[in-house]
Amino acid sequence: MTEFTPDESRPNALARAWDSDIAYSFRRSPLAIIAAVVSLIIILAAVFAPWIAPHDPFNPATLNLMDGFTPPMEPNAFTGNVYWLGTDNQGRDVFSTILFGARISLFVGFMAVLFAMVLGITLGLIAGYRGGWVDSLLMRVADVQLTFPSILLALLIFGVARGFIPPAYREAMAIWVLIVAIGLSDWVQYARVVRGATMVEKSKEYVQAARVIGAHPAKILLRHILPNVMGPVLVIATIGLALAIIAEATLSFLGVGVPPTQPSLGTLIRIGQGFLFSGEWWILLFPSLTLLALALSVNLLGDWLRDALNPRLR
Amino acid sequence: MSTPILSVRDLVVEFPTRRGTLRALDKVSFDIAEGEVLGMVGESGAGKSLTGAAIIGLLEPPGRVAGGEILLRGERIDNLPPEKMRRIRGRRIGMVFQDPLTSLNPLYTVAEQLIETIRTHIDLSEKDARKRAVALLDRVGIPAAARRIDDYPHHFSGGMRQRVVIALALAAEPELVIADEPTTALDVSVQAQIIDVLKEICAERGASVMLITHDMGVIAETADRVAVLYAGRLAEIGPVRDVIQRAEHPYTVGLMGSIPTLTQTADRLTQIPGSMPRLNAIPQGCAFNPRCTRVFDRCKVDRPELIARAGGRQMACWLYDAAVQGEAENV
Amino acid sequence: MIAFILRRLVQSVIVMLAVALVSFALFRFVGDPIASMVGQEVTLAERAEIREALGLNDPFIVQFWNFIARAATGDFGISYRLQQPVMELILSRLPATLELALVSGILAFAFGVGFGVYTALRRGSWVSGTIMTVSLIGVSLPTFLIGVLLIWVFAVELQWLPSFGRGETVYIGNWWRTGLLTESGRASLILPAITLGLYQMTLIMRLVRAEMLEVLRTDYIKFARARGLSNRAVHFGHALKNTLVPVITITGLQMGSIIAFSIITETVFQWPGVGALFIRSVQFVDVPVMAAYLMLIALVFVVINLIVDLLYYAVDPRLRVDRANAKS
Repeated sequence: MTEFTPDESRPNALARAWDSDIAYSFRRSPLAIIAAVVSLIIILAAVFAPWIAPHDPFNPATLNLMDGFTPPMEPNAFTGNVYWLGTDNQGRDVFSTILFGARISLFVGFMAVLFAMVLGITLGLIAGYRGGWVDSLLMRVADVQLTFPSILLALLIFGVARGFIPPAYREAMAIWVLIVAIGLSDWVQYARVVRGATMVEKSKEYVQAARVIGAHPAKILLRHILPNVMGPVLVIATIGLALAIIAEATLSFLGVGVPPTQPSLGTLIRIGQGFLFSGEWWILLFPSLTLLALALSVNLLGDWLRDALNPRLR
Repeated sequence: MSTPILSVRDLVVEFPTRRGTLRALDKVSFDIAEGEVLGMVGESGAGKSLTGAAIIGLLEPPGRVAGGEILLRGERIDNLPPEKMRRIRGRRIGMVFQDPLTSLNPLYTVAEQLIETIRTHIDLSEKDARKRAVALLDRVGIPAAARRIDDYPHHFSGGMRQRVVIALALAAEPELVIADEPTTALDVSVQAQIIDVLKEICAERGASVMLITHDMGVIAETADRVAVLYAGRLAEIGPVRDVIQRAEHPYTVGLMGSIPTLTQTADRLTQIPGSMPRLNAIPQGCAFNPRCTRVFDRCKVDRPELIARAGGRQMACWLYDAAVQGEAENV
Repeated sequence: MIAFILRRLVQSVIVMLAVALVSFALFRFVGDPIASMVGQEVTLAERAEIREALGLNDPFIVQFWNFIARAATGDFGISYRLQQPVMELILSRLPATLELALVSGILAFAFGVGFGVYTALRRGSWVSGTIMTVSLIGVSLPTFLIGVLLIWVFAVELQWLPSFGRGETVYIGNWWRTGLLTESGRASLILPAITLGLYQMTLIMRLVRAEMLEVLRTDYIKFARARGLSNRAVHFGHALKNTLVPVITITGLQMGSIIAFSIITETVFQWPGVGALFIRSVQFVDVPVMAAYLMLIALVFVVINLIVDLLYYAVDPRLRVDRANAKS
């Protein structure tokens, strides 16, 4: 396998890589195919939840308390209604709550990754380009941050940020605070990759040339570096997505994440745990399985992507 | 003549790979007599180190001995069970590796490594083993051995470390020492010292040596006989003086021509055109035929076997086949 | 080496100061500190007086300094939610967390190293394959889900082990309440300890395996084999010791993560530790507890990092050469 050099025209290099090596490796890895299919199904189901879900679990008008605790695939003792995955204590269809829960989990996950990516790339560019004390400071912070597990960091940031938000807005802002907290806990790896690439590129002649003709070198750098780091960034982002989904689920499970009015998969598992001892296992099992399938398949996809983009690392 | 210490017969080493099996050593045969130093030369990848690894039974998997025999004082050792072979390693066959910087475990003192090795093979108390270890270190030329023995490897210079490695290899007084490029990683200034120590100490204990190197100077000074390997096959083997001064195999001729000497004046060093074939592309017939200056038809069809020549030399070259020689005389 | 330790100490102090600043900001700017201390009937003038008396009108630096000085003596004020001194609350719950973390850490290290060595030495056997596959799932499973599933299987279905709390506890000395000395205490510890240790175990196992495979390829292992040392001596005397050098670092750092992740485990199992206390304080925005926990966890990490650095020196003689050189 050949490496692409920075001199090759960018879109072609990317397109070629996508057409050949990646696609080839993908076709040959059954695990990657399964992981991709599972992720895609869950993502699509989440995106189209309002159209797919048989019930609207958040509209009290459509809920019937008599439907509560219906086991999966069995008609309800009072109403005779049948629900695929059963209902919870309030008669909400578990399948529908999972669809809407996955929607929130994925939204938070994607947004957090996006936030971390933009932040990491920006800081990485600045550190690599400016060098000197800016670089030392940023990398020092990164080192220190890496010694803390990211879920703990997200939790601490979330807790602190929640403290600073006036009580009236806490519920409404919760999701965004959560996104920023998870994003802030996971920017370091992007910054490291981009910083490394920037330091290599900035000494090259075209950057000097750009400076001579008066163009801002940073702009040029961005155009040249981003394509170079696309691969590693994509890998980090994919694994980061799995981490972000788990972080969100964990925080929500702990009752400090999304507000109860917008239950994510983590919230559903939290609710489900309460019914374990009374025997309504389905309220816990199905959200858990969904979260597991989602986290595992995105993780596997990230692992595969890392190997496929960088065969030497195997 | 007594039984040789080591006898290698038609040794074949193969590496099964996804794209077929690679033959890294192909019917290599040679003997090492008691107290003899056999030099083993060849380009990188010719199979010198593999020969050493095969003899001591430490081929890296998936490499394996696929044919032939290895005899230590007439007993087969290539098919011994692992535990029996382990008892031979260090006890009867010692080995010195190329890089003294990486050959020693950085987390143990020299004393710990020496004593462990001695006590693995010889039934000695900790105290006696230590005495012996100090004597060994002293013998290989470590100054203040009694004190330095408790130092860690990183406290020693490269040359000193290689002396420690030699002491370790000889700790249980093996009959045969395989030295795999023992000086390549060292400063030129200490190379000669290390070779001297190795040679002296082996001579003293009557150990035979198989000296693997690509340094013809070392071979000329140290070895009694020399074997030339090319692409996993033995090209020539014979007394060192004859091979170096009156090289006959065209490959050996080329190899000698490429070495600068102080005594001879040459305008330029000769060079063998081309490069050694890869293991998956060894040509039919003689492996050297595409690069040989004296190649003829037969070389491209049949593989030459070792042909005995006068003075204990053997050569794998059709030029020295009786028939060819006869023709040449007829002309 | 001295210079290195000093540098690490300075870095640790800076980290602690940064965390202290965040904690202080929380204290100072979240809500109205006066409102949380006095009742509604207190007049504005009286409030201003308290303000002055508390030093809330002092310059920022002075207030920050006072905060640090008080924090250093363990004074973080009174919990809003529980109306008890924060330090008292934390100290009473610390033994629960430390016992859980310690048992999990030992489990994770013992099984992690054991499985790691096994899978490295028996590469390609079906047992190794199974262990590796299961570990992949272990890494992807969120900690809380492991806990919930363990409760389901072992507490609800099989009813072998308790699902929450610490069981019976007894006092050692004045304040250390231990569950390790009673049968129900030990039984209660099993599920939380497995939950907390599983992720760390898989991490350590994968690390040990990778390092061990790396070390087995080195020249000194080849040389050790060439000297005829037994497999046992080569694998466990030479390879394992060299493997453990980097593993000790990571494992030490994992101790910090274990204490951090105990937040999750304690919540799942209603374990009366510091982590559960912190989660409640986040839910109720109980600032003094949050601030104290922040400082505590930062301190734990900083101390663990320092210990790991020192351990590293103790294990690897190559690093000690600096000292020898510095002396000569």
